[in-house]
Amino acid sequence: MAQPKPPSERPAAPQRHDWLSVLLQPVHLVMGLADYPLRYLQKKTGIGGMAAFFLAPNMLIFAIFVLLPLVINLIYSVTGGSALFLDERSFVGADQYRQIFDCTNYLDPMSCQEDAFWTAVGNTFWFVVLQVSLMILVSLITALILNRELIGRSFWRAVFFFPVLLSPVVVGLIWRWILQRQGLLNSMLYPLGFEPYTWLSDRTFAFAAVVGVSIWAHMGFYTLILLAGLQAIPKDLYEAAEMDGTKPARIFWRITLPLLMPNLLVVIVLALIKAVQVFDEVFVLTGGGPGTSTLFLTQYIYETGFVSLPRNAGLAAAASILMGLVLVVLTLLQLGIARKNENKGKR
Amino acid sequence: MSTAIAFLTRRKGGKFWHWTDIVTWVWLIGGLIVMFGPAVWLTFSSFKTPAGLAEFPPSLLPYVTQQVRVEGYEKPLPLFNAKLADGSTRVLAEVRRIGIVSQMVDPKAPGEIIKVRIGDREPVREISFATENYTQPFMQFDFFRYLWNSVFVTVTATLITLIVNSMAAFALSKYEFKGRNAAMLVILATLMVPLSVILVPLYSIISSVGLFNSLWGVILPTVATPTGVFILRQYMLTIPDELIDAARMDKASEWQIYWRIIVPLTAPALAVLAIFSVVWRWNDFLWPLIVLSRRELYTLQVGLSIYSGELNVQWHYILAMTVVTMIPVVLVFIFLQRFITTGIAGSGLK
Amino acid sequence: MGSITLSNIQKSYGAVHVLHDINLAIEEGEFVVFVGPSGCGKSTLLRVIAGLEKVTGGDLKINGTRVNDVSAADRGLAMVFQSYALYPHMTVRQNLAFGLENSGMPKPEIATRIAEAARMLEIDSYMDRRPGQLSGGQRQRVAIGRAIVRRPTAFLLDEPLSNLDAELRVSTRAEIAALHARLKSTMIYVTHDQVEAMTLANRIVVMRAGRIEQVGTPLDLYNEPANRFVAGFIGAPHMNFIEAEVAGSSPDGLTLRAGDGTLIPVALEGTALKTGEAVSLGVRPQHIDLANGDLSSGLAASVRMVEALGSETVIHAETLGQKLLAIVPGQRRLVAGETITLSWKNAPLHLFGADGLRIGTAQPR
Ligand SMILES: Nc1ncnc2c1ncn2[C@@H]1O[C@H](COP(=O)(O)OP(=O)(O)OP(=O)(O)O)[C@@H](O)[C@H]1O
Ligand SMILES: [Mg+2]
Repeated sequence: MAQPKPPSERPAAPQRHDWLSVLLQPVHLVMGLADYPLRYLQKKTGIGGMAAFFLAPNMLIFAIFVLLPLVINLIYSVTGGSALFLDERSFVGADQYRQIFDCTNYLDPMSCQEDAFWTAVGNTFWFVVLQVSLMILVSLITALILNRELIGRSFWRAVFFFPVLLSPVVVGLIWRWILQRQGLLNSMLYPLGFEPYTWLSDRTFAFAAVVGVSIWAHMGFYTLILLAGLQAIPKDLYEAAEMDGTKPARIFWRITLPLLMPNLLVVIVLALIKAVQVFDEVFVLTGGGPGTSTLFLTQYIYETGFVSLPRNAGLAAAASILMGLVLVVLTLLQLGIARKNENKGKR
Repeated sequence: MSTAIAFLTRRKGGKFWHWTDIVTWVWLIGGLIVMFGPAVWLTFSSFKTPAGLAEFPPSLLPYVTQQVRVEGYEKPLPLFNAKLADGSTRVLAEVRRIGIVSQMVDPKAPGEIIKVRIGDREPVREISFATENYTQPFMQFDFFRYLWNSVFVTVTATLITLIVNSMAAFALSKYEFKGRNAAMLVILATLMVPLSVILVPLYSIISSVGLFNSLWGVILPTVATPTGVFILRQYMLTIPDELIDAARMDKASEWQIYWRIIVPLTAPALAVLAIFSVVWRWNDFLWPLIVLSRRELYTLQVGLSIYSGELNVQWHYILAMTVVTMIPVVLVFIFLQRFITTGIAGSGLK
Repeated sequence: MGSITLSNIQKSYGAVHVLHDINLAIEEGEFVVFVGPSGCGKSTLLRVIAGLEKVTGGDLKINGTRVNDVSAADRGLAMVFQSYALYPHMTVRQNLAFGLENSGMPKPEIATRIAEAARMLEIDSYMDRRPGQLSGGQRQRVAIGRAIVRRPTAFLLDEPLSNLDAELRVSTRAEIAALHARLKSTMIYVTHDQVEAMTLANRIVVMRAGRIEQVGTPLDLYNEPANRFVAGFIGAPHMNFIEAEVAGSSPDGLTLRAGDGTLIPVALEGTALKTGEAVSLGVRPQHIDLANGDLSSGLAASVRMVEALGSETVIHAETLGQKLLAIVPGQRRLVAGETITLSWKNAPLHLFGADGLRIGTAQPR
């Protein structure tokens, strides 16, 4: 047989990742041994049985740790008492919900029996509004800037992305350290004639700090998605507009923004979903204080269910179901938008 | 050099700086300071002694007052630059301070006591890194345990995540069976169920199976990530089915197909998921906080938050441990940031 | 060893019936080629034989044993895929060894088998490369090598040459023929390239829409196509079909009337065709020649287009009220619009009934 000359004689692949294959030796051994029982299983159950086998662990964990809790949550919310086990709890019907909604004046959380819940709802609402709107604005500006012809774009993108990876505890501690009495903020203001101030003991400032810090921590993520959206806009659209002598502002309003809209909507809903659940970094930064000025829903659930004595699992469950409803609505909104975008893409 | 500057400051067309160029660079440089500054500041602070931390206004670098041993005095004495009555300046060691007057000696001639008003003396300072901030928590407190717990949770959870998710993704991408779409729907639906909604019942499940106060109680609920299944499945769909047919003709069992063919070919997606999982699990806070109530089980995040929540916060230790907690994430950031950013840009997951 | 028998094989995906009642007996050592238009079920049939798809009806026997419920791994067959399906993360050597390792063969034996196959296919020089570092032709060899080392009962090849360029396809085709002559094992080969089918096959199976239309040796199919579909499918370019009706019959033949009224007398023995019945008359382009102006023995035609290929000339002509293709040897000076005379003096004329089935081969009279 004649050997045809290949179009290009590529060099043989160097043996890469040798250390990795050494590292994987024992794993391979175990997985190889697992083959004997599994071959037997395959003989018994056929290929369909193996599909079930592959799916089972994941679905089992889902069932136990996600689906089952959802059901138990419902049961908790209609039972009372401080016991944790379901059979020790008595049925109370809608009492938990009634307690939550027991207010004399719906505009004043203090008039409610569960004033902490309504305070948390109010705080969460304002947090969501402020955090999401400001963060999207900042992210959009950053994404627009990063989308310019820029040297080292990936470096700058990384700069804004850095805090996203930090743990919420670290984020909280970093800013607590900066905002404390002898902290960096005070020492920068000191030369300008401001006396040191304990910022986080100030109700208004603590709230502002919580909003600002969470924007700081998460904006990189949204910038990234928006930037990807911006880069997907065909360059020739801009070139055509420039050829027509269109003003930059007009280009932004008539080309960039409409074409970015699908991404922008997704990002907004995503940010809303995250913002509703805000907890970790706030818990470390302010602990919900001063007073209840930065008490948010998740922390309310956490404290009602786990910290305050006696524990009130029923109330916490009812509160989390109410929060879950909001999240479901938001998620459905997101899916709706995603589907609409997909359809648009098809057309 | 000048070409380098020209290169770095190259702008969109034109010879002159357009105002948008100025805005861009102000924004970028500002961003650089705001995004990195706090972490850098914290890292510098973590090397200061408690005295250095209490200073106001603080210095950037960790300075301490130099000390000397002087004959006749038990403890080392702090050194100062003292302005004497005759206008000359000498380096003196402070023996004690009485009111606004400091009693000082010349370290070389410790016999004579010199009195200096405290306003006329400046400490002699040197840079010194208080590494005991790092070593002490590990030796005296439980931070070594916390570190170990965090590593254990992160590594174990990531490994299980990779295996369990990739098996499920394999089943969902390469087999036809009844209920496949239902399974896919369930997985998508769980994307909607954040931890904060099922906190209480999840806790009761964990306690009733005896996993309360166990690291496995932290690990297990997190491993079946829907996002993981999702990205792996998307990736596996691109592997041609003919490869699997070929393997079947080659007498491979389904398990071998999974392990010898699918897993190696999914390596890039597995790598992305592994990175994500490491960051997720390392950073997890609320759930470990609930499950772990015994000190020796805390993860770094929980330990940090508990210690920092104490009445008398020992900031020098907290700062150092915060830096330790940041290290893996910073390493991921430096070496694997590109993976993550493309992963997010591609799938919009977090 | 290597006979494969299909009886009443059915395959459906849900409500979609892909294979209808397939009956076929493949002898040991035979080279059988499945041909048919795209989507007719060739690959499905091959995969059913391989065990990659379960049949929904009928019996499949290998060497006389029913294998309907035997898994692909245990049928002892080897398959070469259209995309080659080489494991991209393994070297050529590992690709060849994978199947042998899975069957628990001892290492030295694996090594000798691989060495043997490598020598036979001349792939020794790139045994430690990965498929991504090979050219299409090299990958093709490795794919065949992977089948050879297994020493299978039969080889199943699904369009193995379709990803190669024309030149390589011709040479590899010859190599596969040589391989079959050497190994003498049963081979089932799927293609929709009829030249491949004609050159390689002992027997060709022509399929259409999930059914077998005809099984036979290449020349059988060429000379006596069982129906209009096979007649049109085998042979390139396609056979010309002249739609006509029976105008009259005599003991030694028929007179047909073409669409434009021209009468065509043909010699055909023993038919029961009645006057007025619709038939089609098939004649291969290669069997039509130019009659040098001798109108009495030919058909008047006008030239629509001429393709000069050097060794032969393809004439697109119009006659009998329809288009007709003729391929004549040599180079002819013709221009479009010109009127010529075509002749099929010695051509076999294939006569098909209105139902498309073969009636017989007639001779022009
Ligand atoms: N998994 C499936 N589900 C439903 N229909 C299928 C499936 N696989 C194949 N088919 C259908 O079966 C028919 C035969 O497909 P097959 O792949 O066997 O065709 P083929 O003859 O090999 O065509 P080609 O020459 O294009 O390769 C096609 O109409 C196809 O749409
Ligand atoms: Mg096919």
